[in-house]
Amino acid sequence: MITLNINGKQHQLDAPEDMPILWALRDIVHLTGTKFGCGMAQCGACTVHLDGQPIRSCVTPVAAAVGKTITTIEAIQNDQVGQAVQAAWGEIDVVQCGYCQSGQIMAATALLANNKKPTDADIDAAMNGNICRCGTYPRIRAAIHAAAEKLA
Amino acid sequence: MTAPLNISRRTFIKASALVVGGLVIAFSIPQAKRFLLPGAQDVANKDAAKLPEPNAFLRIGTDNTITVMLAHSEMGQSIWTTLPMLIAEELDADWSKIKVEHAKAAPEYVHTAYGIQITGGSSTTWSEFDRYRQAGALTRALLVAAAAEEFGVAAETLRTEDGFVISGDKKISYGELAERAAGLDTPKAVTLKQPKDWKIIGKATKRLDGPEKINGTAIFGQDIHFDGLKIAMVARSPVFGGTVKSYDASAAKQIKGVQNVVQVPTGVAVIADHYWAAKQGRDALKVEWDLGAGASLDTPAMLAQYRELAARPGATAAQAGDVNAAKPAKIVEAEYVLPFLAHSPMEPLNCAVKISDDGCEIWTGTQMQTTDQQAAAKILGLKPEQVKIHTVFLGGGFGRRANPAADFVSEAVQVAKAAGVPVKTVWSREDDVKGGYYRPMFLHQAKIGLAEDGMPSSWQHVEVGQSIMVGTPFEQFMIKDGVDATSVEGVADSPYVKGVANHHVSLHTPKSPIPVLWWRSVGHSHSAFVMESLIDELAHAAGKDTLEYRRTLLKDHPRHLAALNLAAEKAGWGKPLPKGVFRGIAVHESFGSYVAQVAEVSVNKGAVKVHRVVCAIDCGLSVNPDSLVAQMESSVAFGLGAALQSKITFKDGMVEQSNFHDYNVLRMADMPKVEVHIVPSTEKMGGVGEPAVPPLAPAVTNAIFAATGKRIRSLPIADQLA
Repeated sequence: MITLNINGKQHQLDAPEDMPILWALRDIVHLTGTKFGCGMAQCGACTVHLDGQPIRSCVTPVAAAVGKTITTIEAIQNDQVGQAVQAAWGEIDVVQCGYCQSGQIMAATALLANNKKPTDADIDAAMNGNICRCGTYPRIRAAIHAAAEKLA
Repeated sequence: MTAPLNISRRTFIKASALVVGGLVIAFSIPQAKRFLLPGAQDVANKDAAKLPEPNAFLRIGTDNTITVMLAHSEMGQSIWTTLPMLIAEELDADWSKIKVEHAKAAPEYVHTAYGIQITGGSSTTWSEFDRYRQAGALTRALLVAAAAEEFGVAAETLRTEDGFVISGDKKISYGELAERAAGLDTPKAVTLKQPKDWKIIGKATKRLDGPEKINGTAIFGQDIHFDGLKIAMVARSPVFGGTVKSYDASAAKQIKGVQNVVQVPTGVAVIADHYWAAKQGRDALKVEWDLGAGASLDTPAMLAQYRELAARPGATAAQAGDVNAAKPAKIVEAEYVLPFLAHSPMEPLNCAVKISDDGCEIWTGTQMQTTDQQAAAKILGLKPEQVKIHTVFLGGGFGRRANPAADFVSEAVQVAKAAGVPVKTVWSREDDVKGGYYRPMFLHQAKIGLAEDGMPSSWQHVEVGQSIMVGTPFEQFMIKDGVDATSVEGVADSPYVKGVANHHVSLHTPKSPIPVLWWRSVGHSHSAFVMESLIDELAHAAGKDTLEYRRTLLKDHPRHLAALNLAAEKAGWGKPLPKGVFRGIAVHESFGSYVAQVAEVSVNKGAVKVHRVVCAIDCGLSVNPDSLVAQMESSVAFGLGAALQSKITFKDGMVEQSNFHDYNVLRMADMPKVEVHIVPSTEKMGGVGEPAVPPLAPAVTNAIFAATGKRIRSLPIADQLA
């Protein structure tokens, strides 16, 4: 048994230590907002926060999360920055198919938590690991700028 | 306007009994409007002989909620919002009370033009424009009639607004009227609003699926879970057409969480408690494959074979005059090559199946419910109506989830049947990239004669590429005299080719074990690149401005011209650009819409940067202009990623790419600014999901030519500038 703190709640899981956090979240805890896209940290759909830092949960084993705090899309509205990001996403109507958007929002929230006024180049650098096949990139960029303004 | 409905009691069902305290509206369109696939015809005819099972396009609850049933699948294109807009407009509904559901798989929901339940061909909005408005108008008429009874006044004295029927200073909500309305007689005809009276249609409207896709609660196929559901991964042949010779599951079964290993027609399935165990189990599985003839597939060898074919006469796709008659002043000859491409939607394929004694339930994101339902029924020896398909949000489709062969659904049904438990098959990204159903590789060769004035006087064009339609139920409609219309669309029917008195377009359709499928914009995904590059080549050969040259050739094609001129004007064609930045232009019609794009590009030591794309579209009426803009942005990203970097290649029968590190798609840093301009138009409606993909690649490569003098005749661009 392994104990994980997910969104402020302790969870006892019967999971092997090498199981990626993604599958513990999705297939054991059934928090399915965090998505599977590539399984090798190439697309960012699985992005969650580990002690506030964005990580690719598809390649991070549960053992690495013991004693730390995992935050997922399901709880990001409790974070002031996360809430602003989600609101901007809605105002700019970013989503299309929506599958990558949990990861995009988690990555954008982490960016804004560390950088209050990101430039376009900062956004490129922080968000380039998050693929969106629908091409919502212009709106993601606009929403990050909008959230930054609201938080300023 | 008054629309004759031809709606009989039989096809227009009001079934308040099924929805407690509500009103249910459903009706079918006249059969004459359809072209029917063989299987679909059977279903429709059989159904016409009896009362169809009550279905609904909308449902009004006593709590005033209005639930719209979608006959099509939401995969990002925003029909979750656009179709409800059509109903809400005619119903005078309170937009805040609208809820949306995917309809079940049933004959009532077949495509009004294609005769099966399908989301594709950029057709949802135009094909449902009448049906969904009529559903709204009919419901409104019933509610008004109910209110007339309630108030004891004539219906003509009543008006409707924001979910209420109003009589003088009294009003009553739709929810309060729903039960009474359900007991009333069906209107024989219904009057639709005049466009001048529209309050919702044509207004930029926010997505109704936005909130749940922002907070992580939206349910995709991948997210389906219920007690007893196991996860399955299938080991498939590394070569298309290969079969299992033998397998050893002993190591796989040692993995904790692995429950079973079963053979299915497509390979060997590992059934486990969760994905991680299924994956580890599959990694531990030892399978011996009989690879078959596909093991010799090799991309360079295929291309050589395509060139040999191109040298011989093919099936004639378009012909006029005599291409050898006129003596041209100049001849332009060119060969273009486009690779196989994977759709790679963000959500890897998956399908959950639960088989019971008297039926089967399927949960998946599909673009083609009818064929999936038929395939599952056939495997299980059931009637199609015994197979219930629960369509959930699609994490991207791009054509991959509309498969006449029902590959990912059939396989999941086979696994569930063999395992004897409910399963959800999950594909890894590698499975998805290597799993086939690609945009086919195409070779085009053209020989074009120019007259003294620099304009084309003869056009010879040969294409070589696999057919998408062969072997599918669509074959009988789409293949004529050996020509798959989707292979030559955009060439054989091109206004440029048709405008040349002497032209000949021919096609070779080689077969291979590689499964191919429509990929966002289908044949136009290669033909527009070739045609719009060739036109650029001709303009340069003639020493003319590439925009002016197009204007001359398209002088009798006002919708092409309108898009072309708007894009050129907004892009400032001919005006100075920052140092090192160059323009390219392209225009193409597909799916009934006309799109022109101007790309602004710089090339630095072989690295291409697309700074801005100005896009103009004439799609007729735009029901939701903001979702149109989103689709233009989306198409630019999709088309640009493919043009710059994407390719699927084969070596020793195996796909050489596997995941996003080697099957490259567009990322944030490469996304240009996109400006969208809509041609004000009252012309026939076209689609918006696909038509902005085709012109993107040639707009960019034409700009690369302007920047470097290098003509890109083969994609992806990265390979050509390396």
